[in-house]
Amino acid sequence: MKKVILRQSTSRQQLLSVAFLFSFTFLCFSQDTPQQDSTSQAMENQAAAADASTASTAQVGAGDATAGKELFNTLCASCHKPYSNSVGPALNGITERHDNDWIYKWIHNSAELIASGDAEAKAVYAEWNQTAMPAFPQLSESDIDNILAYVEQPKPQAPTAVAGSGIGEGSGAGGGVSMNIILGILIFVLVLLLLVLFLVNKTLRNFASASGIVIPEKPKRKPLYKSFVENQFLVLTSSIFVLLAVGYFAYGWTMQVGVDKGYQPIQPIHYSHRIHAGDNEIECKYCHSSARTSKTSGIPSLNVCMNCHKAIAEVAPETATEDYSKEFYDKEIAKLYNATGWDPASRTYSGEEKPVKWVRIHNLPDFAYFNHSQHVSVAGIQCQECHGPIEEMEVVYQNAPLTMGWCINCHRETNIRIEGNEYYEKIHEELSKKYGVEELTAAQMGGLECGKCHY
Amino acid sequence: MSSNKKYWKSVEELNDSSVVETLQQKEFAEEIPVEDFLGDKASLESSSTSRRDFLKYVGFSTAAATLAACEGPVVKSIPYVVQPERIVPGIANYYASTIADGFDFASVLVKTREGRPIKIENNDMSTFKGGVNARVHASVLSLYDTKRVKRPMIEGRNVSWEEFDREVAGKLDSAEGEIVLLTQTFASPSTTKLIQEFSSKYGNARHIVYDSISEDAALNAFQSKYGRRALPNYDFSKAEMIVGVGADFLGDWQGGGFDAGYAKTRIPKNGKMSRHIQFEANMTLSGANADKRFPATPSQQLAILKALAGYSSGGSSTSELDSKIDDAVVKAARQLRQAGSKGVLVCGLPDEEAQKMALEVNERIGSQVIDTTNARMIRQGDSSAVAQLIEDMNNGSVGALLIAGLNPVHTVPNSKEFVEGMRKVGTVIDFAVRTDETSKLCKYVAAAPHFLESWGDVQFSENTFSIMQPTIKPLFDTRQIQDSLLKWADNNTSYYEYIKETWGAGFGGKDWNHAVQDGVFEGTSPVSATSASNSGSSSKIAMELEGEGYELTLYSSTAIGDGQQANNPWLQEMPDPITRASWDNYIMMSKADAEDLDVMNENVANGGLNGSHVDVKVGDHIVKNIPVIIQPGQAKGSVGLALGYGRKAGVQAEMQTGVNAYPLYQDFKSVQKVKIEKAAGVHEFACVQLHNTLMGRGDIIKETSLEVFNTKDVHIWNKVPEVSMDHQEIAVTSPEVDIWESFDRTTGPHFNLSIDLNACTGCGACVIACHAENNVPVVGKTEVRRSRDMHWLRIDRYYSSEESFTEDREKKEDISGLGSSLSEFGELEEAADNPQVIFQPVMCQHCNHAPCETVCPVAATSHGRQGQNQMIYNRCVGTRYCANNCPYKVRRFNWFSYVQNEEFDYHMNNDLGRMVLNPDVTVRSRGVMEKCSMCIQITQKTILDAKREGRAIKDGEFHTACSAACDKGAMVFGDVNLEGAKIIEKKNDDRMYHLLESVGTKPNVMYQTKVRNTTEA
Repeated sequence: MKKVILRQSTSRQQLLSVAFLFSFTFLCFSQDTPQQDSTSQAMENQAAAADASTASTAQVGAGDATAGKELFNTLCASCHKPYSNSVGPALNGITERHDNDWIYKWIHNSAELIASGDAEAKAVYAEWNQTAMPAFPQLSESDIDNILAYVEQPKPQAPTAVAGSGIGEGSGAGGGVSMNIILGILIFVLVLLLLVLFLVNKTLRNFASASGIVIPEKPKRKPLYKSFVENQFLVLTSSIFVLLAVGYFAYGWTMQVGVDKGYQPIQPIHYSHRIHAGDNEIECKYCHSSARTSKTSGIPSLNVCMNCHKAIAEVAPETATEDYSKEFYDKEIAKLYNATGWDPASRTYSGEEKPVKWVRIHNLPDFAYFNHSQHVSVAGIQCQECHGPIEEMEVVYQNAPLTMGWCINCHRETNIRIEGNEYYEKIHEELSKKYGVEELTAAQMGGLECGKCHY
Repeated sequence: MSSNKKYWKSVEELNDSSVVETLQQKEFAEEIPVEDFLGDKASLESSSTSRRDFLKYVGFSTAAATLAACEGPVVKSIPYVVQPERIVPGIANYYASTIADGFDFASVLVKTREGRPIKIENNDMSTFKGGVNARVHASVLSLYDTKRVKRPMIEGRNVSWEEFDREVAGKLDSAEGEIVLLTQTFASPSTTKLIQEFSSKYGNARHIVYDSISEDAALNAFQSKYGRRALPNYDFSKAEMIVGVGADFLGDWQGGGFDAGYAKTRIPKNGKMSRHIQFEANMTLSGANADKRFPATPSQQLAILKALAGYSSGGSSTSELDSKIDDAVVKAARQLRQAGSKGVLVCGLPDEEAQKMALEVNERIGSQVIDTTNARMIRQGDSSAVAQLIEDMNNGSVGALLIAGLNPVHTVPNSKEFVEGMRKVGTVIDFAVRTDETSKLCKYVAAAPHFLESWGDVQFSENTFSIMQPTIKPLFDTRQIQDSLLKWADNNTSYYEYIKETWGAGFGGKDWNHAVQDGVFEGTSPVSATSASNSGSSSKIAMELEGEGYELTLYSSTAIGDGQQANNPWLQEMPDPITRASWDNYIMMSKADAEDLDVMNENVANGGLNGSHVDVKVGDHIVKNIPVIIQPGQAKGSVGLALGYGRKAGVQAEMQTGVNAYPLYQDFKSVQKVKIEKAAGVHEFACVQLHNTLMGRGDIIKETSLEVFNTKDVHIWNKVPEVSMDHQEIAVTSPEVDIWESFDRTTGPHFNLSIDLNACTGCGACVIACHAENNVPVVGKTEVRRSRDMHWLRIDRYYSSEESFTEDREKKEDISGLGSSLSEFGELEEAADNPQVIFQPVMCQHCNHAPCETVCPVAATSHGRQGQNQMIYNRCVGTRYCANNCPYKVRRFNWFSYVQNEEFDYHMNNDLGRMVLNPDVTVRSRGVMEKCSMCIQITQKTILDAKREGRAIKDGEFHTACSAACDKGAMVFGDVNLEGAKIIEKKNDDRMYHLLESVGTKPNVMYQTKVRNTTEA
């Protein structure tokens, strides 16, 4: 579990900001050639790969891989993957397994081909659990060639991922080295300066004694602390000041007890909201469906994950980031399969389920009643208003303080959504007359009454 | 010191007593043995905890506490792997099911949260109003009983079902002698068919049905008259004149559940209501609700019944009754005759002739209240067959005995004989839900599931049926008896399939799914019941009641019933509606008899009630040390005692309460002639209401007669209290005398609860419903005795010392001067020989001008716009000012933490029992005040649902746990700002009054004045 960031640790904040300033300065210096080198190298790699693929396309036929990719994604991708088995077989290498005419026939109407008694077709049908493939009579032969051209591209060796991690390491290492060197030089210069000053002082004193000048002794003054202690007024005011300061900080410290804003525990499965809600724009309530109807938003059960992940066993290479490689994400998907007992090779459930023990992030105390559906369905509040930029979070953290003041504040400021809600008709009419306003806040509706949330 | 004044605490002090002097010098009367302890070096050194250790512990615990306070705990959330389609976390699902435990039969609605049943409610679709009473409401907690049988056992050893089946099949095949199935009343067509099949497989099998508390006499009477073994059905909502003779038909008489119909006729409509005359020995709910009650011993009841039968047939047979009762009987008979088809006579005597007489009277007057065609099937027991069985067992002619749903070792009167017989039976198998006296003695214990985990079909009456549906996956490795019998009869279908097969085509016009969804249907049974032949021995009580001694009437208490759920803390802590004592059974005795026997009741200093012990003897059977409660209204020469208590086996130590009365239940007769002797010792009761009478305080209970109600002005019988303002009497409700600034209560919903004292029978269903809904803790007997009970809703019971409350009040008004007040108030305190009784449910009155709110220093209790007085537990610091300032005394303080506390080892102290907690209501911690919230979690849910669905709320949608539990309609809850709501009608009713209106608290709970029908023919 990560530590909760404390709101009031000023010293740490100062330290951090100083460190940040320094590192920023150094980074400015260190933005030099190695990184550019590695990027350009990666680009070259990609280009080479692309070249290679175009070369192989030429071998398969006159297909256009780019057009093929589009067709593949719209028509085939729900059941097929280029390089691994899914509902249907992996398509890479299909031109070696079957001849093109057979493929055309199969795609145009596989059922007909099987019915015609074609031995090859029957074998395929039997091998894939007699799952019928829908007919695509609309595809022309050249379309099919395009698709084939796309799927017959050799499997890329995850160039971006490699390049990406290379970039990460390169820049990190570069920054580190230059910083150390500069730090070393600075320390050296400082030490040198001190040494020079000491030597100059010594030399001057030597001159003085040599020339017989007596350096006048400073008269001994009363130590500062003594005069401070003797000045009662100063003692009084400063102790009051100290007490007030201590009180202020103690109050600040106690007020953050139990406030876990920024709480970001490590979860058993690294589930990235950035990928799901951000990149793929999956609607929040697709998974958190009970937020619409229930008081809890509900952590989705694993069968909801499997709706998609039955077909998605690995992430696309582009999904990987500097911090997390493709292998990392693929391993997390494997954890899901392990929990649900799904065997991706045989595409069956073993029945051995291991429920996932997520770490709860938003811990509202038991004596506070909060109903998601009232905020989501009735008020139409976006999830992000309380949960923050979920679609950007790699790992979810607590965005709001979840304190009562925070709740109350929102109830004071937010108008209730009355349009088209018959429930509010009469109340709205009466209340708007009473308060003389057209728009009513949740507070005016009684949303500040203790018993509305505490029972 | 400037003053020479002498301050003193006692008279002795003034007189310079030397004792006082010494006491003043020393703070502690006895020396605290500090020196003894610290001076004794040896003991200090031998003590394992040294000073350094102690400091270490202090240091560690302080550090640990500090650390624990800084770091929040890591909370895990574990979602389903595959979420069932119907389960949405946070939303309750309701399923219809049926309870049929042999004693209570009812169609119920089960509320489940995340797959856990947490509450039982009425199934409104049921046409058979078989009472969802307090025990049925509490049965959900019995599901989570830690003392349940968790897996099949052979000789106390846990075995698998395979092994169990193998052994049992072998034993049954090789049984020498007949195989006997001794079961509860299942009233299930499928089970009847199944037992027939099982019997035919083994050839020599016999099925005996046994009810722990027998209705033999009524069953025999009905059988000899109508040819079927069943009980007549009564619809009291059609009654205008009810005469009860020893029949507690508002209790468990003939299966119970008649109270809802009864209550309907008790609310005066168009100046009319039913009249109810009761002759009885014990003070029962029926007697308490009657317009006129006459105490009569069972032998007198028999004479009364005979006289009634005589008079009602027009004859003028002279009875040997004393003139006062005879006069009452003549009047009752006349009114019964006048009522004609709207009249009914009910009898509770365990005597076949008496029961027949009652049936004949009803037939003669052509009563429409009694229904003999659609007869009740929920009691089938044949106690003569049980007696025969015990004989056979001792003869050794029984090869195997299968016991289901029963605890005969505890409930059979001659338990010793039964146990000896059991030893002579080769194989005894007990299908036990809970560990009990019987299962402890059985070699084979087949773990049976609770009804909330079982399938079943139940025939309530000849044409009303109900489906029992599981609402949770069996918690333990259990198998219901039907599945076991199917297996042993080599039938491989499950009982679930078997029910469907039995019914074949349809369930009274519904398909299976609809039948399960509704839970109830009407039709005809596909299985012809093998009517067990009446095995002769007609039951008579007249002979037994001759001779010297007291007449004992055994009854089943509202809370514990026949004793099945003795391990249920909710029921143990529920105060008896009449005596207001919890955690006990006792001999109820009239005051005169108590004086004869020199037994006493007294209230002691800590507020508890103490009572003497007596020994009770029937023939050679003696039950010792039964505590006595002196019961106003108990017929002289008679005593009462509740069955079902005194369970020891499989019952937690705290709940091993009371004495076992079954040894007195000789010949399965509830009426016995007994000898009573005073025994030594004093018993401590946990009695929650010590004020026996109302003392004429008319603003608590308002009562009038039907005549006055019909003819006089409302100000006469329901006067609003007045206060003096500018030397003018002015009604306390008028705005001029109001010193409060009022809230605006016109916008949005404003809740009111109306309680009709006429319809409330005191059954206590609301008390348990409130417990279940609001996570009210159980505090145990010693705490209840200290008046620290936590009931949010109590049902106060008031007696009048005169014949009626009105007379009480007149007497109080007439008191003048010190002399008469001293003597007459004393008299008012004594409850009379035959008092009138009133039940008054009291919960937080949700005052609009609440005295509790103004005194809270931290604003932990505040007023909501919806009329609810809100209690905020997390804000409360426990000053208890509010409770002290509450005129209704409805606030409850958490003196301890009742959750996960070994000292309060009830359901909240174990994981299983905590499954019953309602997740929508906070579990309170130590040191906070709590009280009725007017079920704000339910009203809020109704509002929030309506908002989400974007609709206005209709009348009848709002309810509270208590108003939903009250099938009598005594509690009506609703929004007074909703046009046309029923609650507005109640609010404007002439009978409406507020509790202690003179205080000016303006409560949101209102009461409807009690009206008694005192019309005499």
